[in-house]
This record gives sequence, structure tokens and C-alpha cells, in this order.
Amino acid sequence: MEDSFVSEHETEHQLSYGFLAFILGGLVLLTCITVGVSYIDWGFLNVPIALFVASSKATLVLLFFMHIKYEGLVIKVSFISTMVFLAIMISFTFWDVGFR
Amino acid sequence: MEHAIDKTGVKIGMWIFLYSEIILFGGLFVLYAAYFHEHPESFVAGGLELDRVIGSINTLVLLVSSFTVAASITAIQRRQKKLSIGFLLFSIFCGVVFLINKYFEWGAKFHHDIFPNSERLLDGDPGLNIFFGLYYTITGLHGLHVIIGMVLLSISLVFVMRDKITENRYAMLENSGLYWHLVDLIWIFVFPLFYLVL
Repeated sequence: MEDSFVSEHETEHQLSYGFLAFILGGLVLLTCITVGVSYIDWGFLNVPIALFVASSKATLVLLFFMHIKYEGLVIKVSFISTMVFLAIMISFTFWDVGFR
Repeated sequence: MEHAIDKTGVKIGMWIFLYSEIILFGGLFVLYAAYFHEHPESFVAGGLELDRVIGSINTLVLLVSSFTVAASITAIQRRQKKLSIGFLLFSIFCGVVFLINKYFEWGAKFHHDIFPNSERLLDGDPGLNIFFGLYYTITGLHGLHVIIGMVLLSISLVFVMRDKITENRYAMLENSGLYWHLVDLIWIFVFPLFYLVL
């Protein structure tokens, strides 16, 4: 009975090895892109390009390796709140520094 | 009922801890951004001193280890105990490779008289001093996280071997995995910011 109580409540999401390897492939590809692109000077776009690729990689890790895609609302909402707070912290500090 | 495990609760606890880690490193990245704005040329010069090849290798090592940690959870769910142990051993091995690379990288910097309080940094360009100060702080703190992650994975490994982590109960492995992925996640941002700024 106890086991059924636990397992009916939590639906476990199993990711196949193939799917995980596919995500890894995507991450390796993005790493190659960001290293390759870094040898070209894009001027002021250097940092935005690097951060855009890094964010894409982070999204893949978070959604699939860290299972956020399959989590309930509490983890999803609390994670997004953390990101919003982080964005406020970074952007407000940087506006202050940038336009002082 | 009293044996029921609140799996979601266990995971939420881990995530709340991870949020504090994200903010910790986020604060250091804010520091990086502010000083980058002040000394853009020094940061570019500093970035060129770093070995892009070692940085790329370490990035790949961490990505692969993240994959094997995720795969070890799948293996546990499928009751493939030996495979899960193999994946975990490989992940811990990746952590060791990462730290060995870091050792050689830092060693090369020391050799070039680049370390906190070194004459070259003290007498040279102040922006470069700040860049390497941040470099040692952030990669050092990250390295500490790699070590903690390896300890957590090792504990999980022992638990898997002793059948304390099974297909019915693997929250310890999942949470250690989450920590390891966080280490990977932080490196995903450290790598371009330090190694790839032209």
C-alpha cells in the first residue's frame, strides 16, 4: 500500500539513453560553435553572442539533464522567479555602472 | 503512511539550495560585468593569456560527465545496477580529469608570475590584476564545487553498490546529479566569459 501511495503520486519520467545522448550532441555542437565564433572579432557583439550560446546550452542542461521540463509547478515557478531576481540584480547593477 | 517519502519535497529542498548557489555565482558575474565595463582592454588581454584549448577540453569533460550522471539515473530506473555504477565511476573520473587540467592551467599561470600578489600583477595594469583576481576567485570557487560534487557522487555510488539507492528510492542520486549539473551549468558561463572574450 505504501509503495502504491508513493508511486501513484509521482509519475516518474524516464529519459532514454538515446535522448540524453542527443542532448549531449547538441551541447557539444553549441560548444564548437561558441569556440569557433570566438576566433572572429564581432566587435561589441562578442559578449552578447557568447552569452546567447551559453544561455542556449544552459537551457538544454536545465530542461533535460536537470528534468525541469518534467517537474511540477512549484519547481518551475520558483526557478523562473530566481531567474527574474538574477536578471534584476544583473541588469540594475549594470545600468547603474554603465550610465553613471 | 509513515514510510511514504515526499519525493517532490526532497527535490524542492535541493532546488532551493541550488537557487542560493545560482545567486552566489550570479553576484560574482555582476562583479565581472562591472569591472569588464571599466577595463575592457585589460579583460581582453587577460582572456588571451588563458589557454582556450584546455578550457574547451574541460567544457567537453563536464558536458560528458553531466550526460553520464543523467544516464546513471536512467540506469537505476531500469534496474541496471552495474551500468549505473559504471556511469557514476566515469562521471567521478571526469571530475578528476577536470581538476588535473585545472592544476596544469593554474600551474602555468604561476609559472608566468600570474597569481594574486605576484609582482607582475601588482606592478602592471590594474585592470589585469582585477581580471585575474576574478579568474582565481570564480574558477577556484567552481573547483571547490567540483570537489563537493565528486564527494556527493561518490556517496551515491556507495549507496548504489549497497542497494540503498534502488529503482524505488533514488532521491540521493537525483539530488547529487542536480548538484553536478549545476557545476556544469556554472562552467557553461565561466568558460565564454573568461576564455572567449576577444
